[in-house]
Amino acid sequence: MIRKHIGIFVALAATLSFGTARAHEFKVGEIEIGHPYSRAMLPVAKVGGGYLKITNAGPADRLVSASSDRAGSVEFHEMKMNGAIMEMRELQGGIVLPAKSTVELKPGGYHVMFMNVTKPFKEGEMVKATLVFEKAGPVDVEFAVGPIAGDKAHSEHGK
Amino acid sequence: MTSKNPFMMIAGVVSGIFVLALVGVMVWMSKDTPRSGTFGTAFSLVNDQGKPVDQSIFKGNPSLVYFGYTHCPEVCPTTLYEVAGYLEELGAEGQSLKTYLFTVDPERDTPDIMKGYVTAFSDRITGVTGTPQEMTKVIAGWKAFARKQPNPSGGYSMSHTMDLFLIGADGRLKGLIPYGADPDEAIEKIRSALL
Repeated sequence: MIRKHIGIFVALAATLSFGTARAHEFKVGEIEIGHPYSRAMLPVAKVGGGYLKITNAGPADRLVSASSDRAGSVEFHEMKMNGAIMEMRELQGGIVLPAKSTVELKPGGYHVMFMNVTKPFKEGEMVKATLVFEKAGPVDVEFAVGPIAGDKAHSEHGK
Repeated sequence: MTSKNPFMMIAGVVSGIFVLALVGVMVWMSKDTPRSGTFGTAFSLVNDQGKPVDQSIFKGNPSLVYFGYTHCPEVCPTTLYEVAGYLEELGAEGQSLKTYLFTVDPERDTPDIMKGYVTAFSDRITGVTGTPQEMTKVIAGWKAFARKQPNPSGGYSMSHTMDLFLIGADGRLKGLIPYGADPDEAIEKIRSALL
């Protein structure tokens, strides 16, 4: 019980410190992109997830594509937990952003998939990428690479 | 009629007891078999050194088994990272534990790739791969699930079971640890089920 509380405290502290130290934002038109981040990848891993928060203050739009020099291609995937089964699928047609809404790409849900990554992401680096919105257009962003996958504090970040 | 023949009565009682005992044995056996017969299966695969492995790896020592793949962005690294933590926390107490990652994506996960992947978490985790047919047998044998999900823009993802399987030294399933389990509870479960 006590350990659980410590865990929550640590998660909270980590979230807060991460937030103050590394929070960053990007803007294009009426779309705001909050704190894009990824996780350190294993030396042999070929794919990496990316997470960000999109706040659309304008009319309905759509995140149609993304690209990065660090990846062969960049896709949008949806992860779903169906009981004990993890289901993964590519989202066709990108991510819909209703007018005046916030859509969060986060662990356990929608996320950016960096495919065929040749140089695995390392903790502490920034990974440059371009996001393209159907109406708002393209915007350059940077994904902050956090600790290796499995870091609970980080996976809880933004939830 | 029967009262006239005491031998028939005795014979009836004896055969009645016999039938009841037989039914009892049958019920007991049918209850027992799912644990030994339904889970697990014979297989012929290779470990991350390229050496052949079969179902005998589950005999003689308790095992932790995960069905995942290296092109997995989230749940597999998270689980293996946590498993490495359990092994560390258990220390000498968990010495007898063997840990395996069976790939649900044997087409892409060669022994070399598996080796690099698992050792990044812990030198106590062994990767297992092989032919898709044999792997399908193992996945079905342990009542796990894996399905290839083609991506519209090429390639594919795998949907798969997230549970960590706890297998006793007798080769039988002793329990499951769900994804995102509290580490303390998970370690306690491993301790009580396997050690």
